[in-house]
Amino acid sequence: MSAVLQRSAMSEKVALQGAIRIEDVVKIYDPEGAAVMAVDHCSLDIPAGEICMIVGPSGCGKTTLLNAIAGFHSITSGKIYLDDKLLCGPGKPMAEPGSDRIVVFQNGALFPWKTNLENVAFGPLMQGKMGKKEIYEKARSMMADAGLSGTEHNYPGEVSSGLRRRVEIVRALMNNPKVLLFDEPYRALDSLTKSVMHEALLEIYYKNKVTIFFITHDLEEAIFLGHRLVIMTSRPCKPKKILDIDIPHPRDYSVLTSPRFRELMDETIEVVHEEAKKAFAAGEKEG
Amino acid sequence: MKITGLRKTLFSRATLRAVIALSVFLVLWEIGSQSKQWLGFTVPWIGQVPAPTAVLKAWVELLSDPGYWQSWYMSTLRVLAGFFAAMLIGIPLGLFMAVNRTFNGLAFPSFEILRPIPPLAWVPASIIFWPTQELSIAFVTFLGAFFTVVINVLGGAKSIDVRFFQSAQSMGSSQWDVFRRVVLPATLPSIVVGSAVGMGITWEVVVAAEMISGGGGGGGSGGGLGFFIWNSYVGGSYEQIVVGMISIGIAGFACSELLRTLGGYFTPWLKKR
Repeated sequence: MSAVLQRSAMSEKVALQGAIRIEDVVKIYDPEGAAVMAVDHCSLDIPAGEICMIVGPSGCGKTTLLNAIAGFHSITSGKIYLDDKLLCGPGKPMAEPGSDRIVVFQNGALFPWKTNLENVAFGPLMQGKMGKKEIYEKARSMMADAGLSGTEHNYPGEVSSGLRRRVEIVRALMNNPKVLLFDEPYRALDSLTKSVMHEALLEIYYKNKVTIFFITHDLEEAIFLGHRLVIMTSRPCKPKKILDIDIPHPRDYSVLTSPRFRELMDETIEVVHEEAKKAFAAGEKEG
Repeated sequence: MKITGLRKTLFSRATLRAVIALSVFLVLWEIGSQSKQWLGFTVPWIGQVPAPTAVLKAWVELLSDPGYWQSWYMSTLRVLAGFFAAMLIGIPLGLFMAVNRTFNGLAFPSFEILRPIPPLAWVPASIIFWPTQELSIAFVTFLGAFFTVVINVLGGAKSIDVRFFQSAQSMGSSQWDVFRRVVLPATLPSIVVGSAVGMGITWEVVVAAEMISGGGGGGGSGGGLGFFIWNSYVGGSYEQIVVGMISIGIAGFACSELLRTLGGYFTPWLKKR
């Protein structure tokens, strides 16, 4: 009974904050020169607490979109909202980076000169909203929750890449973000480590409901993790196909062998492949 | 615990190899300079070099000579003065050039024109410009380390991955936080490398400067190791030349080792890779 209850609670996207609305966003790099259009009138609504997986060929402009949400790059036109707050739009081409939107980078951005614990405590220390002692207590307990006990005083360079990614996600969560922005965080991991990381990520997600904007190349990863799958066109980028992934959460790796998973793969692989081919052909032309 | 650690270092394979190599070197040197030939071949210069035993004898005599120690003291003092001045000015300058684009634009061209000038080419000019000989030697020594330190700091600070800045900013770091907690620690390894290389150059330069300038005030005893070598040459004491040379080698090695240890202490995250 309680298990059922828990299950249904988990499967719902219960976060109250963290909805992202992307409205008609255009990004042109070097508008007076080469004028490369990276994002083309892209609109996308991501409800609070959703895991939204963005799949597209390399160089299609999905990272540009992520950088616009994070506040690292400007947009040319359009609007991006976080809940009801305008992040960027007319008259304000660039959002301010903030602890409500934390990026987990492709190659990781843990500070190598800080221990794992110091890394995890970094955000709250910077924001100064809590006492030092409290911060370190919270950091320790969150690391313990993520199975990172014993690595607190190691430097990131001393632990495996899988553990490093986990530390980075914990560091992100320490900021109480509304949105986590993942930029192909597991790209460099081998497939075994990856599968462990996927389950770990879901586990962390079930405990801390946040909106997740997750960029990936890996269709299998996208279907396994996401509530929704957005397949982007090759450059310039905009949604080509949006698909609800109706496999109930919580999920574990047995999902990968389920018939529904295979069906969803079949449904999407053609579209992704088509765009990849386009991107490849465009790349050849440019070369 | 500590004693076993020391014992381990003393009897390690690396130490053994170092001892063997040095012994072989000394034996070959001794044989060469005694017999003026190696394996039956006459080697033109080896016979002119004093044998290690003769050098050792001269050295032992010098150990009680305050003038020899005064030379050590003077050179070390000049090296440290030049080196610390280079660090003190070079590190902030390099960092500021890396952080501020306008300043970099202003400073970098002049810096790059001055950088290739060998420190020794500055000797005549600095003798003219500085009021005392001591200052001119220290200045040339400073130049030896300065450019290396700046170029290393600048390069290190400029190659910091933009992701570190972005994530620090996202997590609410102020400009000052970013500088203190990202730029500074990320540049530390380059500072360590720059200072180690700079220290090496400082010893090269100080000795040459002392030879050229005649070693500053205080007559023969204020001359430093460079002047000591030159003086020994002029006085015809070849053993003392070699003693001076080895002394510089030891001094340079000790300084580098000290810097390596200090550097390791300041960059603990690089240790266990």
